[in-house]
Amino acid sequence: MNRRPWALGAVVALVFLFLYAPIAWLAIASFNSSRSLSRISGFSLQWYSELADDTRVFASLQLSVQLALASAVISTVIGTLAAFGLRRAFPGRGLWTVLLSLPLVVPEVVMGVAMLGFFMKLAGVPLGFGALLCAHVAFSLSFVVVVVRSRVSGMDVRMEEAAADLGASPFVAFRTVTLPLVAPAVAAGAAFAFLLSFDDVVISSYLTGVGSTTLPVFVYAQASKRGISPEVVALSTLMVTATALLLIIGVVIASWRARRAGSAAKLAV
Amino acid sequence: MNVQALACRFVLRRWLKANALLAPTGLWLGFFLIAPLVVVVEFSFATRHTGVARAVLPWTTRAYLTALDPAFLPIFGRTLLYAGATTVACLLLGFPLAWFIARYGGRYRTALLAAVLIPFWSSYLARIYAWKALLDGEGLVNTVLGWAGLDRDGGFLLTNGAVVLGLTYGFLPFMVLPLYVACERFDVRLMEASYDLGHGRVSTFFRVVLPGVMSGVLAGSLLVLVPAAGDFVTPKLLGGVDQSTFGSVIDDQFRGGNNWPLGSAMAVLLLVLVVFVLALRGRRGEDVL
Repeated sequence: MNRRPWALGAVVALVFLFLYAPIAWLAIASFNSSRSLSRISGFSLQWYSELADDTRVFASLQLSVQLALASAVISTVIGTLAAFGLRRAFPGRGLWTVLLSLPLVVPEVVMGVAMLGFFMKLAGVPLGFGALLCAHVAFSLSFVVVVVRSRVSGMDVRMEEAAADLGASPFVAFRTVTLPLVAPAVAAGAAFAFLLSFDDVVISSYLTGVGSTTLPVFVYAQASKRGISPEVVALSTLMVTATALLLIIGVVIASWRARRAGSAAKLAV
Repeated sequence: MNVQALACRFVLRRWLKANALLAPTGLWLGFFLIAPLVVVVEFSFATRHTGVARAVLPWTTRAYLTALDPAFLPIFGRTLLYAGATTVACLLLGFPLAWFIARYGGRYRTALLAAVLIPFWSSYLARIYAWKALLDGEGLVNTVLGWAGLDRDGGFLLTNGAVVLGLTYGFLPFMVLPLYVACERFDVRLMEASYDLGHGRVSTFFRVVLPGVMSGVLAGSLLVLVPAAGDFVTPKLLGGVDQSTFGSVIDDQFRGGNNWPLGSAMAVLLLVLVVFVLALRGRRGEDVL
């Protein structure tokens, strides 16, 4: 490309503005001295200190984190296996991809009421943590498969063949060659699964049992009575900031390693 | 042993291996997705009951007759309008973004893609309430527009536009990711060839670029259209007085314990839309999704 795409760059900047405007506003409002989200009346750390003291928010946060971790681990493990299963063509692969695209396409409300009906009918599974976990894995799995599969299908089979030719057993070849190659996608899939579970309102709201309220369901119930609580705004701000920091650290480490690898290559020449 | 038998055994082994790897996923989805959907279909043909068992025998098609009542037509129309407008808006915003990241992102591609997702680490409800505050009569958007004399009494909240904006915000990442994959795979030399052969920018876009990234457009639209048709929280919080959508009607029937068969019948109608859209996509876009 000989021309710099200024017009395109401007559009992209506007889209990023669109994406970040509400988040920036949340961050500002989290320091507001009044309860209002729309009018900023002064600076205070009130909501952060109330967040630290609120045991109900904390209990539901704890449940949400446990649920999201468990769901992410299960869906990452079985989703990664599935992504490898879809690697080569075989009779019936088309059917599997249709099955796997269902959770991406079926609206949340339909999945939610379906699971409510299902778990109510099956007296064996009471509503609560178990039902939530079953549902969360079911709707996160496909995202893991999509993310990992895109990496697996782009992988060079010759790398693993070379490992086998050099005498590596299938297990050693998988651990030392295949796994490091797909690791970034597996990590991305796990992060996706965690996020989907952690932020789910609609499906979870049908399946929470007594004493098993997730954070988003708790927030929704509160918000429908008296608007969103500023503590939740403070919590959201903390989460976005933490994620952004992690990302920046990741980019810095990656570019540092790339530079080091570059200078090592120069030394070798 | 002849060649055919060998090939047969090879295919069989590959089939067994693939299915063994897919089995845990298949079992999980079979139990916790397919079985529940079957239960919904069953409920949709049941009779309404107000006791603990919300849907009971005998079989009937009354729920479908109610669901297809003309009284629900405005709700269907509104839902399709919201979902369609959201899909178009996501395409218009998502394509430049995906194209830019894929073509000019360089070594910051992954970081830029992650930057698209970062806002979504905040609570979904907090984000909607942030828009609520921004679009309010006294909110930032109305104030800034007021400087140019473009403000509106009461702000932009409680309008159809606010709902589409909220939905677009919520579903944009699902459009950007498949579009990005398609844009990254697209061979730019095709564009250069098109220019060399005398096509202008517009004709190159519609005849070369768009068909080239069609798989991503289809996959992204699929991920936005139907889920947006089912969303009811965004219309409820950002929309005006009567904002019943398909999703909210289903939700009402189940949450209040009102009429499970009717809610199920409407859920089945949404599932029909899912199947229709999946069939429309066909095999194109399968590699992206």
